[in-house]
Amino acid sequence: MIAAIAFYALAAIAILSAFCVIAARNPVHSVLFLILTFFSAAGLFVLLGAEFLAMLLVVVYVGAVAVLFLFVVMMLDVDFAELKSGFLSYLPLGALVALAMFAELGLVSSAAVQAGQGRAAIPLSDVDPGVTNAEAIGRVLYTDYLVVFQLAGMVLFLAMIGAIVLTLRERPGVRRQDVSAQVGRRRSEGVELKDVKPGQGLGVEG
Amino acid sequence: MPLNLADYLPIVFFLAIAGAMGAGFIIAAWVAAPKAPDKEKLSAYECGFNAFDDARMKFDVRFYLVSILFIIFDLEVAFLFPWALALDDLGPFGFWSMTAFLGVLTVGFIYEWKKGALEWE
Amino acid sequence: MIALDQPFLWNVHWAAPELILAGFALGAVVIGAWGKDKAAGFLSGLGAIAFATAGVLAFLWSPELPQYLFNGALVVDGFSGLAKAMLGLSAAATLLIGADYFAATRQARFEFPIMTGLAALGMFVMVSANDLITLYVGLELQSLAAYVMAAWRRDDVRSSEAGIKYFVLGAIASGLLLFGASYIYGFTGSVRFDAIAAAAPTSEVGLLFGLVLVICALAFKMSAAPFHMWTPDVYEGAPTPVTAFFAAAPKLAAIALLARVLYAPFDGLTEQWRQVIFALSALSMTIGSIAALMQTNLKRLMAYSSVANVGFALMALAAGGQQGAATAIVYMAIYLPTTIGIFALVLALRRGGLHVETIDDLAGLGARHPFAAALFTILLFSIAGIPPLAGFFGKLIVFRAAVDAGAVWLAVVGAICAVIAAAYYLRVLSAIWFKPPAEPVQQAGGAALATAAVASALIFPILVIGLGTLERWATLAASTSF
Repeated sequence: MIAAIAFYALAAIAILSAFCVIAARNPVHSVLFLILTFFSAAGLFVLLGAEFLAMLLVVVYVGAVAVLFLFVVMMLDVDFAELKSGFLSYLPLGALVALAMFAELGLVSSAAVQAGQGRAAIPLSDVDPGVTNAEAIGRVLYTDYLVVFQLAGMVLFLAMIGAIVLTLRERPGVRRQDVSAQVGRRRSEGVELKDVKPGQGLGVEG
Repeated sequence: MPLNLADYLPIVFFLAIAGAMGAGFIIAAWVAAPKAPDKEKLSAYECGFNAFDDARMKFDVRFYLVSILFIIFDLEVAFLFPWALALDDLGPFGFWSMTAFLGVLTVGFIYEWKKGALEWE
Repeated sequence: MIALDQPFLWNVHWAAPELILAGFALGAVVIGAWGKDKAAGFLSGLGAIAFATAGVLAFLWSPELPQYLFNGALVVDGFSGLAKAMLGLSAAATLLIGADYFAATRQARFEFPIMTGLAALGMFVMVSANDLITLYVGLELQSLAAYVMAAWRRDDVRSSEAGIKYFVLGAIASGLLLFGASYIYGFTGSVRFDAIAAAAPTSEVGLLFGLVLVICALAFKMSAAPFHMWTPDVYEGAPTPVTAFFAAAPKLAAIALLARVLYAPFDGLTEQWRQVIFALSALSMTIGSIAALMQTNLKRLMAYSSVANVGFALMALAAGGQQGAATAIVYMAIYLPTTIGIFALVLALRRGGLHVETIDDLAGLGARHPFAAALFTILLFSIAGIPPLAGFFGKLIVFRAAVDAGAVWLAVVGAICAVIAAAYYLRVLSAIWFKPPAEPVQQAGGAALATAAVASALIFPILVIGLGTLERWATLAASTSF
């Protein structure tokens, strides 16, 4: 009962706030609604029993991705009013596509329900019910799914290099702090003794 | 593990307390604080002269670079949680699997370091 | 606890080509971190050797019967071996023709071979994918590298635009793929291709819906119409060596991946997905041929030409079964050297110190540099499908496959499009041979010219005997793989 109420409340909040993401005039509000959407989705994951995914969604998407978005939106010099000016003219077309997609989803769901009647549900996994799902994932991800796991590592590696290639600029002539060079500096490199003869240089100004 | 919603009750309490406190401060300020707004008080504070520019300005892209790199390491850490929980069952194969994964990202980290992406100038 | 169903080293030895690519990427990053951009030339050479080795190794080591690695995440067979050989050689050719270009435009950076290597790794995984998760991860690895490569000239507005357009639309396509894959998983209870084949009912609306979404996403990645809108802008904005790469390798990888997804798991739904492929093929050929007529920029022209060529390859795929797979791979094997050769020639020619961009820039080439002009003629005749060049035989076997599949109308559409396409290739040739030059064209870039010469030699009629061998390999590979 409580689960059903929670589901409907979270689902309604998720859909409403997702709509507000595209409808909000102020882009900062859009990002805040996006965070609310992520939270509601995390709640839905909890209801499904996928608590690890729920926490991951909060940690990664809310904690990092959405904050990066907020950062970009608040600090980028973009005229969002102008950017959004064409929004209304595309609305009918967008609504049409959304409607088509919605109709297809309805079609598929109803067909699936009809076809599924009298047929046992497909068992999705044979997880030991005594373990948390983070542990259940841990038992297979690093060994049974070795290839996918290592390839995910390569994707992260690629993202790291790609981000640096596209954004890092080396400005010439910038002096950086180089601790080992500063500490390792010798007297002979920094001090130059000039042998000035007595009387030399006198009277130049005069 | 079978779903037990009662386990999430403390989280609900936390959310309720946080919400109540946030709302409480706003309402208290609204109700209790003296208010006498005029045009100058409501305008943006700009140290003696009228505001002539938008608050938004172009920021150096290196701010974003740092946060992107943070997200990548954040995801890397996300992979460590299930591993740490299941390490007892995984044996040496699982251990070396994670070592290889971390090795790949360490190579990326070396690149970052040598390239100076983490340095501020 | 033994987690793999086969010994670890057994798995690793079949995955050697992928490990070479991954090892190159990691090693090159370390070398580059210390060597800085001075190492760019060395790493380009090393990368070309590594990619070619990985490709050739995959071909020579391809097993007689399909081998399932890492609990069935990857499959290695004759088909993947042949595809990987072509992918590895195209990636190597990209580095060869790119080295001069990046040196001349002073953007030689050591990360370029690394990005190419990671893209090649993604494509190797794609053609070997045996489950939906591996498919997705391979595709993402390739796409992510491609987005970065498209935006390589980050100070150039068009290049940045190409990168961002490709990224946004590519992310939507990836979303569609995942959405479709979730339907397939939901209706069959598995992500493994063989398990899907065992569980798939002959026709279920939900399953079909998922499959169509996956096909749409792959059509986007190979830029088949109506998912081709990004192609001209990205091809025009990306640096030319990158465009050459995009026009060749990812298309082959996506075609091979589509063959894997359609043939093994969804054999029972052939009649249903065939309609979708027919539509994609007819639209691609028509739009690619007609839109190219109006282009004056060489890279945009080649973008539409690549859309049309993907249409021909899809026509072969629609035939289904071993013939479809073999024909598609032979067609791509002819298309790949042709398109890389054309881009290599474009890179080898300059006008007033800048690389040629438009068709008019090529005016007077025939009088000044008859060798380059002759290479251009051979390559363009081949891609237009004029006998006795290899491109003609490619189109011939594709039409044969379509007729065998009972789609005579599609073969007719293809023939009409081929005639229209010939018109714009001839327009380029008339500029080369008959137009008086405004300013002389210079020839530079030995490696690029040499690559073009090799490409032309590959498709020249003397080597049509080689074509027979290729077709025999492809048929053999397809017969053991599907």
